[in-house]
Amino acid sequence: MKAVRRHSWLGGREPYWLVGALLILCFGLAARLGLWFAQWQGNRLQSANLMGVLLGDSRRMFANHFFAKADAYFHSGFYPTVFDNREAFQTPHMAEDAGAMGGHNQGDEEGFLGAPRDWIDKFSRKFFPSVHTHLDEGGPSGLADKGGDLGGSSEVREILPWLRLSAALDPDRVETYTVTAFWLRKRMGKVEEAEQFLREGLRANPNSYELLYELGRVYAENKNDPDRARNLWEAALRRWQKQESAKPEPDKFSFVEITSHLAKIEEQQRNYSQALEYMEMWKARSPSPAAVQKQIEALQEKLRAPEAASPGKGSGSS
Amino acid sequence: MKNIAAVANVVVKELYRRKDFYVLFVLTVLICLVMGSVRLFHDGRIVRYLKEICLLLVWISSLIIAITTTARQIPAERESRTLYPLLAKPLTRAQLILGKFLGCWMACGLALLCFYLFFGILAGSREEHWQIVNYLQAAGLHWLMLGVVVALTLFGSLVFTAPSSNTTICFIVVSGILLMGRHLNKVAVQLPEPRRSLLSGFYYAIPHLELFDVRDLIIHNWPPIAWGVCGLAALYALAYAMIFLIAACLAFQRRALN
Repeated sequence: MKAVRRHSWLGGREPYWLVGALLILCFGLAARLGLWFAQWQGNRLQSANLMGVLLGDSRRMFANHFFAKADAYFHSGFYPTVFDNREAFQTPHMAEDAGAMGGHNQGDEEGFLGAPRDWIDKFSRKFFPSVHTHLDEGGPSGLADKGGDLGGSSEVREILPWLRLSAALDPDRVETYTVTAFWLRKRMGKVEEAEQFLREGLRANPNSYELLYELGRVYAENKNDPDRARNLWEAALRRWQKQESAKPEPDKFSFVEITSHLAKIEEQQRNYSQALEYMEMWKARSPSPAAVQKQIEALQEKLRAPEAASPGKGSGSS
Repeated sequence: MKNIAAVANVVVKELYRRKDFYVLFVLTVLICLVMGSVRLFHDGRIVRYLKEICLLLVWISSLIIAITTTARQIPAERESRTLYPLLAKPLTRAQLILGKFLGCWMACGLALLCFYLFFGILAGSREEHWQIVNYLQAAGLHWLMLGVVVALTLFGSLVFTAPSSNTTICFIVVSGILLMGRHLNKVAVQLPEPRRSLLSGFYYAIPHLELFDVRDLIIHNWPPIAWGVCGLAALYALAYAMIFLIAACLAFQRRALN
């Protein structure tokens, strides 16, 4: 009786018709919204990246965290936390050593812990890494074997999982690809993997001059293919000029890297006039133009020498 | 001592019967094996990420086991009314507390033994060397830290009415100390008085559980810690465990059983 009374406003019967009507309404709404959702710009399901579907744009924050984590591994766990003084610690060392980023560190990165504040602080330093080491120099084992060979330098492979994860979370972060590729080819001899990873980065960032430059290094330094390296660096220079030259604060570090490498490769190929041209460009944005000027003068000396003027070896022979 | 051992024995047997440990252990093993099967850049020798994940899971699992096992000891005895016949025997309240503590601590030790054995096998099979001394130190310090956590939770079970609130509060306190304990004094120096003195006082008063977290040393293959330092850390942990146990005994003495 009670149940009938409770549903009396529905006609005194079990509300099957209402359940049916609601189901039809849901079906109709789903059919209409489904079409709209499939075309909606903010639809994460359009992404093939699982991380993108799960985390959305917040994945970039995690990507930064894992990039820093890789640098912490590079220091075997000796790394400043958010509570430590990070003023001296501006550029990740693994990126600076790889030549992927210009260094902004102040040289006092080892002292972020400072002097022990109290006995607990002093005692606690025996329970976590409190000495500055680099994995490419052997890490803690290299510290114990100072002066010996750096047999453990391949331990730098330990940073790779975090870099791989960082790239998966933020495919637009170019430094992740360049740093990973550098360590892969330089310390682990994995040239093919390095090239593959850079090409993966290029697919995500087709206009990146940094990736083209690093790919050129793979061809110049590991594959002994200077022609292809030059082509890649020239492409990198064109992209740099297109993207950076108009900026009030352009990326001088990359420009210097690209032009200096182009100058060197042209010099090696005995295309001296072309090399001089790149050296002038290099000097214009170099932090130490006097040193570049010396190289220009040395090259001009070579040009003036009689053998340099002989056919096949002279300027513009390319 | 016989009475304490008898109570402890019952607590350890309870761990065998309950499913918590088995579930956490199987989960840890499965996650680590799946993560270990990933080959990055065709290199099978990358191991430190795996050590980090495994140790993190071991730490989380051990804290869950320690806190949840300890938090339900006294309330469960009271609810099932087994506390009255237990105390009717020649067993003092202090002995009951000590027995419960010892049992929970031993149970945690047994669980840690399994976890670290698995960790050692996993790390050793991927690395070219076995750092047995380092692993022993890490497990020992971890166990000492759990002693403090067990004593704290036991004290909490006599202060808070429900085991759920005790468990939650203990998790928050222990996690807070592990994550922030080391840095409280750095934060304190940036604060104005009297907050600075209050935070500094709090910093010196809390048990610094983070001292016993030597995961970074293990993950990155740092040399073992000096045994003298480990001994001092053991004294520090035992002192705090005793403080919480005395507080628990005092709270239990004053508490009406019904």
